[in-house]
Parts: sequence; C-alpha cells; structure tokens
Amino acid sequence: MSDVLILNGRVIDPANGLNEARDLLLRDGKVAAIDKPGSLKGTGAAEIIDASGLVVAPGLVDIHVHLREPGQTYKETIATGTAAAAAGGFTTVVAMPNTIPVNDSVAGLEWMLAPERGAVVKLFAMPAATLGSMGATLTDFAALHKAGVVGFTDDGKPILEDAIMREALIAAARLGVPVSQHAEDTHLTGGCSMNYGPVAFRLGLRGMTVEAESRIVERDIRLLQEIERSEGLRPHLHVQHVSTGRALDAIRAAKAQGLHVTCEAAPHHFTLTDEAIGDYDTNAKMNPPLRAEADRQAVLAGLADGTVDCIATDHAPHAAHEKEQEFERAPNGITGLETALGLALRVLHRGQGLSLSKILSLMSTAPAGIALLPGRGSLTPGSFADVVIFDPAASWSFAAKQSRSKSKNTPFDGAPMLGRVHATISEGRIVFRQ
Amino acid sequence: MTQESQGSKKIFLYAPGSLLSVADLTVADVSAILTVTTRLEQMAHAQRATLLAGRRIALLFYESSTRTRTSFELAAKSLGATTTLVSDKSSSIEKGESLKDTGLTLRALGAECIILRHPSSGAPFVLARETSLPVLNAGDGMHEHPSQALLDARTMLMRLPGRDAARATAKSLDGVTVVITGDILHSRVARSNAWLLPQLGAKVLLCGPERLLPEMASSLGDGVEIARDFDAALRRSQVVMMLRIQKERLAGLELDLADYIARYQLNGERLAAQAPDALVMHPGPMIRGLEIAGDVADGPNSAIELQVSNGLSVRSALLLRALSEGGFESVTV
Ligand SMILES: [Zn+2]
Repeated sequence: MSDVLILNGRVIDPANGLNEARDLLLRDGKVAAIDKPGSLKGTGAAEIIDASGLVVAPGLVDIHVHLREPGQTYKETIATGTAAAAAGGFTTVVAMPNTIPVNDSVAGLEWMLAPERGAVVKLFAMPAATLGSMGATLTDFAALHKAGVVGFTDDGKPILEDAIMREALIAAARLGVPVSQHAEDTHLTGGCSMNYGPVAFRLGLRGMTVEAESRIVERDIRLLQEIERSEGLRPHLHVQHVSTGRALDAIRAAKAQGLHVTCEAAPHHFTLTDEAIGDYDTNAKMNPPLRAEADRQAVLAGLADGTVDCIATDHAPHAAHEKEQEFERAPNGITGLETALGLALRVLHRGQGLSLSKILSLMSTAPAGIALLPGRGSLTPGSFADVVIFDPAASWSFAAKQSRSKSKNTPFDGAPMLGRVHATISEGRIVFRQ
Repeated sequence: MTQESQGSKKIFLYAPGSLLSVADLTVADVSAILTVTTRLEQMAHAQRATLLAGRRIALLFYESSTRTRTSFELAAKSLGATTTLVSDKSSSIEKGESLKDTGLTLRALGAECIILRHPSSGAPFVLARETSLPVLNAGDGMHEHPSQALLDARTMLMRLPGRDAARATAKSLDGVTVVITGDILHSRVARSNAWLLPQLGAKVLLCGPERLLPEMASSLGDGVEIARDFDAALRRSQVVMMLRIQKERLAGLELDLADYIARYQLNGERLAAQAPDALVMHPGPMIRGLEIAGDVADGPNSAIELQVSNGLSVRSALLLRALSEGGFESVTV
C-alpha cells in the first residue's frame, strides 16, 4: 500500500487535544507520523494531498446504519451504503441487524462482514440481541462476540420484556459490550405515524407520545441499577437516537449516578421538527419521529452539555415506490450518511457555536469509544489511517439525486449544508475524493 | 401551493383547481367559489349541462359514503360530465395496487379530475403529487373534508340574517359564534370548519369531553376555543353544529354513552332553554337519539336539508373550478 502524505492541513484530533497546522503521513494503512508543517517532506509518498485551508481529522464513525443487505438490496447494498458513507466522510460504520434474514448468527455476521460484500469503508455490525429480533430468546452472545461484534441490538424492535432485557444486559456486560436499545414502548405507539402534538392533531394523524420513548429509557436505567446491585456487573446501555427532552433528563440523571449509559442523537432530530412533515411528506417520516421544537432544543442542549455522547445517522434507505404512499403506510426512515457532517456544521457549529473539535469528537472519537473500536476515532500514530479532509467553510446544498446511496429518501434534498468533504481515507486508501 | 420545511426548500406543485385542504383557499378563493355556486343555481339546467360536457371525472372511493359520493356524482352529471366510480367494493381497485398506480391508471384512461375519499389522512396529497391531476378531497382519514366546510359556510350565510351567500369576505361571519360538538378528535368536518369559519370572521367553539377533544385542538387556528360545558357554549352561539358519535370508535375511549347524552345531546329542551334561535346543523349521517334528538333535527331551527342541497351546488362549483384552468371566474359574469 502506497504512502499518503497530507500537507498543510489544520489537524483536529479531539482524542489528543490537537487543533493546529500539521502534516500527516499515512503508511501501511496506519498513521505513521504527524508533525509540524514542512517536517515530513521528502518521505517519498506516492500520493500527496495539499490540504491548505482544509481540516484534517479522524474519519467519521457512525454506529447506527441500515445497509439492507442481505434481503433488500433494491434499497441499498453494503457496497452502495458504504460508498455513501465514504462520500459523507465516514470511515467506519456499524450495521444494524434488521436485514432479511435478521443478522442473529455467526454465519450471518461473517457473510455480512466478508470482503465479497464490497464494503468501501470499515464495516462492523451489531447483531440481534434476540433470535430474529423477536424479543424472546437471546442470541449466542459469546459466539457472536468471538466473531467480532461491537454490541447487541434488536434495533427497530425494542426489547420490551423486562426479563429479556435484563438477561441481555447481563450477558453483554460479561463480554464488555453495550446493549443498544431503540427506546419505544410499542404498546403505546400502535397506529402512530408521527409525533404526538398539535401538528399531528391538525394533520389527523395518530401521534407517538414523548412517554413512549422515555418509559423504556427509564425502565432500562432501573434495570442497570438493579443489575449493578445484585450481580456486581456494570452493564453498558446505549440509547439509540434519543429524540425527547424527557428521555434525555433520565439519561442525564443516570449519568450523574455513575451508571454506564450512553446515547446518540441523529442529525434530523437536531435540525428539524414535526412541522417539516408539511403536506404529508413521507421523507420526513422516521422513528423516533421528528418532535416539537422544545424537544429539538433539548437535543441541542444535550449535545452541548455532554448528555448526548455521539451523533449517529440512522441511515435508513427506502425505495421511491415505498415512500410514494399514504403517510401512514410509508416506511419509517431517511438516508443520512451524506448530510450528517453538513448539518452538524451548519446547525451545531455555526448555529449553536459548538467547536469543530467538539463536533468531530461527537462524530468520531466518541462513537468509536462507545463501540470499543481500538485504533479508530483518533490520529494517534499507530492507529488506523482513517482520515477525513473537509472544507469547514464551504456552503453548498445537498442534491439527493447525486447521492451514492441507492435510495434518495431524505428531507434534506436541496437543503443548505456547511462543510464539504474533500477526501475520505479508509485504512490508508483514498475511498472518496470531491 | 408551496411548502418550505426547515430542512429543505421542497416545493410541491398541485394542479390548479385542486382542493386538498381548506387551508389552501384564500378568502378571495372562497368568495369566487360561492359566487359561482350561486350563479350555477340560477342557471337554466340545459345551459348548466354544457359546462363540463364531454369532460371525464373519476370518483375514487376507498371508503364508502353514500352521501358524499352521490352529491359529487350528481354535481358532475348536472354539469354534463361523464363520471366513473372506482370503489373499494368494486374490483377496480386492484388488490394491493398503490394509490399512485391507481391514479396513473385513471389518468391514462382519460380522467381529468379525481375526487378522492380515503381512510388515510393526507392521501389526496399523494394522489395530486403523483398524477398532477386536479384532485378534490372528499374526506381523508381524520384530516379534512373541505367541500363540507364550504357548504356549511354557505348554509350559514343563507340562513343567518343580513348575510350575503354569493360572496365572502373576512367579515362575512362577523359576530357569529359556531359551536361544534362531538367527536372532534376523529372529525375531518371539524378540522375543515375550524380553519375556514374563522377566516370569514366567525368564532368557533369546539365542544366535547377531553377524550373526544384534547386541549391542543385550540391550536387549530386563531378564533378557535375549547368548551367543555355545552349549555354555556350554546348560550354564546348562533350556530350549533352536531357531529356524529361513532359508537365503534368509543371502545377504547372509556366514554359513558348515557353520560355523554346527558351532557352533550342537542335536544328540544336544551335548545329552547339555551339558544332558542340558533341554527342547527349536522353533516350527517345522524344518529337520532344519540348526539341529536329527532325533534331538533326536523325542527324549525334545522338547516340539515339545506346543507345537503348546498352540497350539490358547492360541489358543482368545485368541479367547474377543477376543470376550468383559470376560466372559472368567467362563469360569474
Ligand atoms: Zn435504526
């Protein structure tokens, strides 16, 4: 593998507290050296990238994506989904298990992670916590862990049974990996297609309440307390795409008590409210749903004060014919890999004043930490040569039809973005270039 | 019609003449519709039957509704149009075929306008976006029933003293308070009226128990207020609009029917005591003895039959509007 030398960039590496002009040498898929501008000249790299005026940072990490393979390759494949990831600056993605069949076995996992699938960036997976994500019987945690998973989740199907969730938390705690939970009490959300509130009332749609989310978060936190007390274990609960102030309050309190709770927020939840549904735009239909402004503000506050640990896209591709339906019938989810950085910089950096370093931590260092991905999410010499180079000042607008994803279901078609990816390097290979 | 979401600048264009929501109508639009309605009523039958002669209108009904369907169908025929009915009872809606594809098929068969009744809120927007045809919303889920609100407004303008039913302004219903009582939560009639009537100057009181009328209903618009005490609301009102109570929808709502009747039924005694001059309306179908007593429905205050005949006239005007591509106003001169 040929060397890559990145010159004159502003290197932001939150893990090492670095935010200065540096040159970076990548060799054999690893970060070989990082030094003052000019000092790495003459290393004879085959590829030299001039990063003047650009930010050079650890590649972005997304711990929540849906790649639809196997089973729904008309929506996305591992190859197209990871190409979209590369275009968005991501060098690592974690695939959710709601494929067809559900990824709940070592064989399924190995098939997914095999080089034949053509992943463009580093692919990890969280397999199902229960067989078929049916919420009844735990999968073989030990065998799956040995095969290289980074957590367990039933994703869109929350584990509702207290006993099963307890079992899952204990089994994962013994292996030192998180249980990642989609927090939704589905007993309370039957027939619902958006957030509960005045907008839903006006549109005549049944709404999901804030409590449907917070009740599961609160229940899971109670289980953590009880397991710590009775089993002497320290389980790690990761709450997916938190969308409500009430769930964030519960998480904040749990963290203050010293419990091991982490959570993610999605760019659409900090950017949009349920008003974006407009005339029943199914591209604004997702789960958890877009919420009211007070909840959006709560997510922004959680990102600023550290209650929200990381940003994850919940990239959920769907074919056009599936979204061109009655709002209540259309599937949940939007694509997100190519708009995440542009929205984070526009809304969080320019809008909320969060530093670039903080945002990069939320999108790289922190998610790599949650999923325990050693050698990712930092530019420490010796770590993987996963790098994103972007222009933090570039204003542009996203065009869905140019997306690398097979699906174009996004509410951000034509939306303004700040910060454009210039190049993405995965383990030393240039996988995207503007 | 445009909509700008916070995230994007997506602009949906619907064919002119579409009526998907009353919120799409300006007061000037409402006025033009009322003017044409009056003009059509005054026109000789033979002349009226030439207006849409040879035009093709499809009625796409995913939900049965004798009243609305017949009203639209007769309206179309009175203008000389050819209609075709596609309903969930007929084999024409192929099992599992999408709304989009059904709409495209109707368009390919020559339909120039589609009247849609659908159990899912927002379905007319899908049909209008995907077919680019003018679409008239004949009731979608719990969302809206725009032609009903227009015919209700016309009924009020005809029956309340000193009003002009042939045009509308922002003051047409000044000084009028309308109490709408019943299952507001599930009512598309209530949503359309709660938007339209205040545009014409009316005050709307939505009335019912919490289960059928959550507090947030007041956010439907300015000029909308929540009332729990029907008697007190009646005393303030010149118009009382009763909504059907669908027993099947009460199952999960823990509503005591006897208690509901005691507190919210419009009967002769209550009307005489609280609002002896109020205009009584009901979009139908009624359940006599439940939300409304038979003597009131048939009594001198009742405008229920006038609502039905206004439905025919207003829908004729809406069809003409849908198919006239801007030539609509010329009918008024
Ligand atoms: Zn997901």
